[in-house]
Amino acid sequence: MAADAARSHAAGRPGDRRAPPRPRGPRRSRDPLGLRRALADRLLPGLVAAMALLAALAIAGGRTASDLAARWRGGVAAMVTVQLPADADAEHARDALAALPGVAEARVVDPARLRALLDPWLGEAMPGIGSALPLPPLVELRLAPEAADRLARSPAAEAAALAGRVAAAAPGAEVEAHGLWVARLAALAAALRGVALAVLGLVAAVAAAVVGVAVRAGLAARRESVLVVHGLGAGDGWIAAQFSRRAAALAGLGGLIGAAVALPVVVFLRMLGAALLAGGDAATAGMAAAPGLLGVAADLPWLALLAVPVLAWAIGWVTAQATVRRWLRALP
Amino acid sequence: MLRFTGVGLRYGAPARGSGSGFAAGSAPEALRDLTFTLPEGSFTWLLGPSGAGKSSVLRLMHCALRPTRGEVEILGVPLSRARRRDLVRLRRRIGAVHQDFRLLPQLSAFDNVALPLRLAGRGEAAIRAEVAELLAWVGLAAKQDALPEEMSGGEQQRVAIARAVITRPTLLIADEPTGNLDAAQARRLLALLIELNRIGTTVVVATHNEDLLARHPAPALRLQAGRLVEAPGMPEAGDADWDLRMPPPPGFDAVAGGTEGGRPPAPAPAAPGRHGAGPAGHGAGLGHGA
Repeated sequence: MAADAARSHAAGRPGDRRAPPRPRGPRRSRDPLGLRRALADRLLPGLVAAMALLAALAIAGGRTASDLAARWRGGVAAMVTVQLPADADAEHARDALAALPGVAEARVVDPARLRALLDPWLGEAMPGIGSALPLPPLVELRLAPEAADRLARSPAAEAAALAGRVAAAAPGAEVEAHGLWVARLAALAAALRGVALAVLGLVAAVAAAVVGVAVRAGLAARRESVLVVHGLGAGDGWIAAQFSRRAAALAGLGGLIGAAVALPVVVFLRMLGAALLAGGDAATAGMAAAPGLLGVAADLPWLALLAVPVLAWAIGWVTAQATVRRWLRALP
Repeated sequence: MLRFTGVGLRYGAPARGSGSGFAAGSAPEALRDLTFTLPEGSFTWLLGPSGAGKSSVLRLMHCALRPTRGEVEILGVPLSRARRRDLVRLRRRIGAVHQDFRLLPQLSAFDNVALPLRLAGRGEAAIRAEVAELLAWVGLAAKQDALPEEMSGGEQQRVAIARAVITRPTLLIADEPTGNLDAAQARRLLALLIELNRIGTTVVVATHNEDLLARHPAPALRLQAGRLVEAPGMPEAGDADWDLRMPPPPGFDAVAGGTEGGRPPAPAPAAPGRHGAGPAGHGAGLGHGA
């Protein structure tokens, strides 16, 4: 009966066909709220890309700072020179010092090397005076990384503690830890790293705000459709998923673009930094020791850079979920 | 079963009304002191002039609103106490046809009709078969890929109806479903509604269409200015011209509001100037108290 009615009805209005149906992909049904247009694909990825660029630069800067800090700690800051009394048994003291906690290695400084170091200061006027001078035996300690870290963090207290331990192991020994200025540089590097982290947090917060505004605009634009599916029995989870899928995709795209744009900048900065570090290590080589592009590429914080788009995606998803669910709570 | 108990509804303010409905500084109640019960499997007309509150009653029945006062019980679920999650499940058992169709403009006729099934998590193969069958039943098999904007009003109406019934709802509500249809289309729609009612669906239809009332005598809820003036089970009052009467005389409202579910006594005789409705329409409205 109803079918008959419907058939005759359809036949009764031949003029209704306005446009031939366009061919459509099956994907259309996956976007019932029309969010592909409501959450536009220009502004949101663009803004998130800018945020991601800043985040990538902050990551690279923070990584460089912590690399510098690590090198300083592992290098000069980890070296401690112990001066023994002139009559001390250097070998015996070396063994005692090597057994100290926090000491990775103890080495007796070759007296010939010591003289060679002194010669330029004594001059040629009195050849042989160098060998005539009574030079105290020196032991060089290389601290274990944890001990060096402690020294860098609280130079005064650690140096005093170290001096106490050394004096106990080798009576009469004097300690010269040249860590103090290095520790200050390391502190600066740590501060830079903290700033980079703060920038990351700020950038993430701004990205979340941007996504939130975009999602709210999308909700306003698709209010009617949302109310319709709500009336059809769509739960909060389903509606929120529609928005968060779209928002996360756009934010992830923005993160990808931002990270891609940041890459050449990061490589350039990294090459400069690598040259500096290499120059510092091999005192004479200087810029010649700068590694090639491949060396820099291997040294990049790839994982952190890859995390940028992933993080952007996650921020988009979480923010959209929270925004939509809060909006829906006004409905019964 | 639908049970309204002392229901008051006020838009805008979520605050509980104090009862008078006209508290100083607040919006008037859209509905006041509605008490009635519609049994399972019943067919009920919802009548009354524009602005009387028919759409508000339907929105309550559709769980799109919670009552400001009183209690609305839909299919055994009390709206004012139900959790939102339970309302979601409840809405899936309710089919709704809106005056303005409310189709999703981005979706084809097929996807619009399939949406309730997809929301309910039905398998895609079953959906394909069921939707195709129903679209053929309403005569839109050839239009299943058309967007709403490419269809006529009558076709959109039929898509909306198909979407409302695709889940075999326990309750079907329709708000002016014939507003965009000519007389012949309206009669076909009525045949469909009667058929659904015959297979057990509780049906509530708000309409101005006197012709429909004449064709299908059934109990009626009649609203005026947010109050119920006729309901199934109410004592009969001999005259059926409530929907077109002028506003009641002073003092009348208070009397009607005070008697819960009771019909105000001594209705005035028919006012002149009512639209041409067949006498059968009124007989229908009153003759079938449930």
